[in-house]
Amino acid sequence: MSPVDPVAPDLKPTLFERYAALSAPVRWMTSAAIGIFVLSLVQTVGRDDTTVLTEPGTAGAMLRFAVPILLAGLGGLFSERAGVVNIGLEGMMILGTWFGAWGTVNFGSPWAGLVCGLVGGALGGLLHAIATVSFGVDHIISGVAINILTPGLARFASDRLSEADRNSFPTKWEGGSITQSPRAGGLPKINVPYLAGGNDTYNLLGEIDDANIFFVSDVAGVLEGFMTQLSLFTVIAFALVPVSAVLLWKTRMGLRIRICGERPEAGESLGVNIYLYKYVGVIMSGAMAGLAGAFIVMELSNVYREGQTQGRGFIGLAALIFGNWRPVGIMLGSLLFGYPFVLALRDGDGVGTHALLLVIAIALTAVMAWSIRQANRTDATIAGGLAATVLLWWAMTDVAPDWLPNTMPYATVLLVLVFMSQRLRMPAADGQIYRKGE
Amino acid sequence: MTHPTIRRIVLTVGAPISAVFFAVLLSSLFLLISGSSPFQAYIDMIENASRLETFVDILNEATPLYISAIAAAIGFRMNLFNIGVEGQYLLAAFFAAAVGGYFAGLPPVLHVTLILIVSVLVGAAYAGLAGALKVTRGINEVISTIMLNFIAVGGIIAWLIREWADDTGATNSGTTPIDESGRMPSLNGLLEVFTREISKGRELTGVLLIAILVGITYHLFINRTRIGFDFRASGYNPMAARAGGIPPKRMVMYAMLLSGGVAGLVGMSEVLSQRYKYDQSFIQGLGFNGIAIALLGRNNPVGIAIGALLFGFLNASSGILQITGSATPEIVQIMKGIIVLSAVIAYEAVRRVKLRDEARSAAEATERMSTEPEEALA
Repeated sequence: MSPVDPVAPDLKPTLFERYAALSAPVRWMTSAAIGIFVLSLVQTVGRDDTTVLTEPGTAGAMLRFAVPILLAGLGGLFSERAGVVNIGLEGMMILGTWFGAWGTVNFGSPWAGLVCGLVGGALGGLLHAIATVSFGVDHIISGVAINILTPGLARFASDRLSEADRNSFPTKWEGGSITQSPRAGGLPKINVPYLAGGNDTYNLLGEIDDANIFFVSDVAGVLEGFMTQLSLFTVIAFALVPVSAVLLWKTRMGLRIRICGERPEAGESLGVNIYLYKYVGVIMSGAMAGLAGAFIVMELSNVYREGQTQGRGFIGLAALIFGNWRPVGIMLGSLLFGYPFVLALRDGDGVGTHALLLVIAIALTAVMAWSIRQANRTDATIAGGLAATVLLWWAMTDVAPDWLPNTMPYATVLLVLVFMSQRLRMPAADGQIYRKGE
Repeated sequence: MTHPTIRRIVLTVGAPISAVFFAVLLSSLFLLISGSSPFQAYIDMIENASRLETFVDILNEATPLYISAIAAAIGFRMNLFNIGVEGQYLLAAFFAAAVGGYFAGLPPVLHVTLILIVSVLVGAAYAGLAGALKVTRGINEVISTIMLNFIAVGGIIAWLIREWADDTGATNSGTTPIDESGRMPSLNGLLEVFTREISKGRELTGVLLIAILVGITYHLFINRTRIGFDFRASGYNPMAARAGGIPPKRMVMYAMLLSGGVAGLVGMSEVLSQRYKYDQSFIQGLGFNGIAIALLGRNNPVGIAIGALLFGFLNASSGILQITGSATPEIVQIMKGIIVLSAVIAYEAVRRVKLRDEARSAAEATERMSTEPEEALA
């Protein structure tokens, strides 16, 4: 008699199972810690002489650049949870940039700019809702039309303002032109006291960062970056992550919005006004996109400039998919996709981005290992091939070309989709046209 | 009650006309609010359009838009959203211009043919990538083509344009200009047979002929070939098509390859008869406008032609508004957006009226059928 039953499953939990059993926040924090660990490992051990990947400045900028993507992604979340695909996010974001600048300039307060940006985006959402919900137009088509319409509207409006001779309340635009607004500053910025030295207090994280301990200093540096020159707008944006989660999953309204995206007929039979909640979802989506636009104007460039959204609405959609239509996942996606944009700005010589290639190679190797464990030969081959290519690229060059950081978010999305598309689950009735009683 | 056929025709034609009417109304409102006279603006636009030179402008503007719309329509026919026409045509134009500039002194016809072939192949390959991702990995083509658009422009072209630049020091560096032999002759002579001499250095692009050819081929392909039928069947009802033995995955690949191949031709009027190279200021945005025109024209080659001419007219009008100052040229962009949005809404409304008509006539027919046998018995 054998002491071990050969058929019984191995009861000792694997590393991955233990990880999966952790609560979500702990899981995300572990992932973030692993991410920083790999970055600092690459910086220390790799041959690239750089610290730009984990500098406080980079971390702070990453947070700022993640916000528009995060807000657009949350916008997409509300819309798609209500069953309406919103590729008009980009256009609604453009409305947000213009209205955000107009509000800030005309009311002389960034808070007014924030509210105006939100309202402007919500108007775009309303238009999308009228077309898709009331008239049953295909969601993609309506989104494309909105993306064509909104740049024209913004340009038209700035043209009118820059030609108006009055320079008082609704038409204040002094110093602005047809493609650019007057200066529109942002919300107040703070340094967190005691941790990052706000109000002349102790700068704990800064001290740890300066101590130059492997990994620990890097974590401290990243946290210090998060808490230095932190705009209230950024705080608001990240606070919207738990707020959205509670709103959508813990309230009656959220349940009704979600049933629009999963089984609208079932909701209808229970007496839920599907059209109404679809409207609510899409308008909230526009409002979020509008906030994203206002953020770009007020916090990233301090001015409205034509074309400054740079496709962030589409990256927000990508973050939405990456995050599997969940708020925390969207947040992670936005940080990931915002990061290369920061490097494009801060890493002038391309050494940091070059080091990032090694990080990507490591990540792809991890995917390969995982696929081999899962006995998925195709995935393992693809991941292995890509990992080898990236590794070779890293080994053969000294600096990364300047177009690489701008391309990385999009390539990352494609890679993630290639390996994860089977595991993602979008709302069941997403993108379908719903007609009452049909 | 009106005759059903007349009713159907009125409904079909009425939708786009009411959409344009609505767009004009709404744009007039915009103009009035902004303190311009809509009448003066429209009179300026129409007066300008009646000039022969503007007519040439309109055709030149409409040519790439038409090809782009056909590319989008091929996808739409199969319920595929090729949002990536934008990236496909830019990448195709870039490679075609680079190859065209590299080979100097080829025989004229061969040179142009080579450029066209490269553009079609590159466009098809890039769209095929999105198709392959959809077929093998189940990635939605809307997302993948949007990402591929950014990768094409911000990555591949941004990288290679500096490697292959003609003059790296120039602020607007681009590929080597294409030799005389690789340029498409203009159609001025053809047009002047019917009219007077075209002045002001306007040249009617020869790519117009390619566009017309693409339109005719598209019509024949969709309506007269077996595979075109399979396309439409898969678009109408994928389940039924599959049951009928049409392989869905292969159809997706075909549709993407064809759509991308046509998309590759979009940049040709710019490469072959205007700019003769690809540089930083190469015309962008034709892909998204093409999608809008495909919607306006209901994927029908003639409808698309009308839509492309309408957009061409609007584009050509923005200049005259600037010159006369009767309205801000941006109104043109707004009109485009409103036309598209109101057109899709009007089409949807008409579709529903038609469905109701059909249901009613079917009900009437069933009623007749159930009463007729009794009459026969009696």
